[in-house]
Amino acid sequence: MPIHDQSYRHYGGGRALPGRSWMVIAWAGIRAFLRKRVFLGLMLFALAPVMVRIVQFWIASQYPQASVLSPTAETFRQFLEQQDFFVFIITVYVGAGLIANDRRANALQIYLSKPLMRTEYIAGKLAILFFFLCLVTLVPALLLVLMKVAFDGNFLFLKNNLFVVPAIIVGSLLQVIVASFTMLALSSLSKSARYVGILYVGITFFTTAMFGVLYAITGTSRVSWISITANLTQVVDVIFRLKPRYATPWQVSLLVILGLIVLSVSVLERRVRGVEVVT
Amino acid sequence: MDTAAAAAANVVALDDVTVIYGKNQALKNVTARFTKGAVGLLGPNGAGKSTMLKALLGFVKPDQGRMTVLDMNVADSPLAIRARIGYMPESDAHIPGMNAVTFVAYCGQLAGLPPVDAMQRAHEVLQYVGLGEARYRNVETYSTGMKQRIKLAQALVHDPDLLFLDEPTNGMDPKGRDEMLELVRDLGHNKGVSLILSSHLLPDVEYTCDHVVVMDKGQIATQGRINELKGPAGRVYELRIKGNLPGFIEALAKEGMDTHATDEDVMRVFVPDALGGHQAIFRAAARFGVQVRHLRPSVPTLEDVFAKAIGED
Repeated sequence: MPIHDQSYRHYGGGRALPGRSWMVIAWAGIRAFLRKRVFLGLMLFALAPVMVRIVQFWIASQYPQASVLSPTAETFRQFLEQQDFFVFIITVYVGAGLIANDRRANALQIYLSKPLMRTEYIAGKLAILFFFLCLVTLVPALLLVLMKVAFDGNFLFLKNNLFVVPAIIVGSLLQVIVASFTMLALSSLSKSARYVGILYVGITFFTTAMFGVLYAITGTSRVSWISITANLTQVVDVIFRLKPRYATPWQVSLLVILGLIVLSVSVLERRVRGVEVVT
Repeated sequence: MDTAAAAAANVVALDDVTVIYGKNQALKNVTARFTKGAVGLLGPNGAGKSTMLKALLGFVKPDQGRMTVLDMNVADSPLAIRARIGYMPESDAHIPGMNAVTFVAYCGQLAGLPPVDAMQRAHEVLQYVGLGEARYRNVETYSTGMKQRIKLAQALVHDPDLLFLDEPTNGMDPKGRDEMLELVRDLGHNKGVSLILSSHLLPDVEYTCDHVVVMDKGQIATQGRINELKGPAGRVYELRIKGNLPGFIEALAKEGMDTHATDEDVMRVFVPDALGGHQAIFRAAARFGVQVRHLRPSVPTLEDVFAKAIGED
């Protein structure tokens, strides 16, 4: 009798009910990125502005003569806008290969032959990008609110600006959701992460450049709906109760954003399949 | 066997299934039964084998018909079915950026195994498929043969009741191919795992399977036990003689024995049961005055069955 049977053995342990695989996908993806030093460096760099803001808040709370540094609701909007750059970089770095690499390695048929639905696969992949984008927008913004309250030693700021926390949550999530869905949809279109990255950068810059050209020609910012970033800026401004900076009605910008999300979902629905049917 | 018992013995059943890709009918009104154990799904390239497997996995929705796997309707319970089956795809497939043991454990977790169990199973199945030594290597650095093995490992990690193996020996060298076939045979015959082996390679199916479903142009050409499809052995003989060959062939034909030339100087002689087997050949040879230099029963091969099923000579 062998000391240890190295032949095939049947499994007698427990199994999780279907519906949790998206967490397995998300966790595996998050861990994969956290193992990359370059990415960790990028994340630290993205969180550097938070440190600057914390110092600013502390000085403002400690030294009355520095009250010019004291944060207002607009400060948090400015912070989120500042983080747009990092949202862009992280979206390209993390998101470009999320589905494209799986398509290159024919991994979709491996995933979808397991007891998980396509929506779970997409949710798992979205969660990876969502997690990292929230880590540079929503989480630090809420942390800043917390620091402001802690440095002040009272809730006066929150009482006077009740809308700030909901605005941070909605504004950040809007930024994160648009970036995540758009990038994931693009990632599902190709087998090359590099191509997807270039495509995303191209679309972002092209729409912004188009807006710039039309603005220069027409002299009005009513055409800002052409630019994805301008639409986001417009809507998030409104969420923070600021005067919209473009002439396009914010409702139009919101519609464009929602349309973009619907289009992305539609692309994902068509592209994430166990078999690619070429007719 | 009554109907209920017959149904219980089937792991997969297709009834009048049609799959259409654009203008191309990949499966045409297919009705087939796959019994427990090892069943070969045989057919030339483009016959619809892979489409059938993908339809059974729920990747492709049939335009018509009903499919059941392990007594569950594919249309109603795709997740419950996939929890109990393992799929080894035809093309190279892996999760990028993972080593073998992480990849297989990850697949186990996707199939619902707890992380610790999945990791333990990953080590076990990698050992079983012969990748024990290479389990910490990145899958992307694997050779073609190793990639085939890792695909089998990921299909096995959650201990499925039924395996779909799509061309498992593709691109393997002879030694690796033999080892893969040995694994498949072991799983189907000794480990109690039912399997459907899709292949265009007749020897692979003949070696590993007891039953076969032959497909051609999206339809079932024939199906059944391989031994039964091959017919009783011993009625066909390989024969070589010394003497007047044309005359002897004519004499055999007069006595009701058909002859077919094969390679070299050996011919195949079909002896009807009524003539009493090989003695009839000896009697004819004695009467005609030729020497029998070589005579042995010719066992029909699966190739004969396949050729007959798809209408080739």
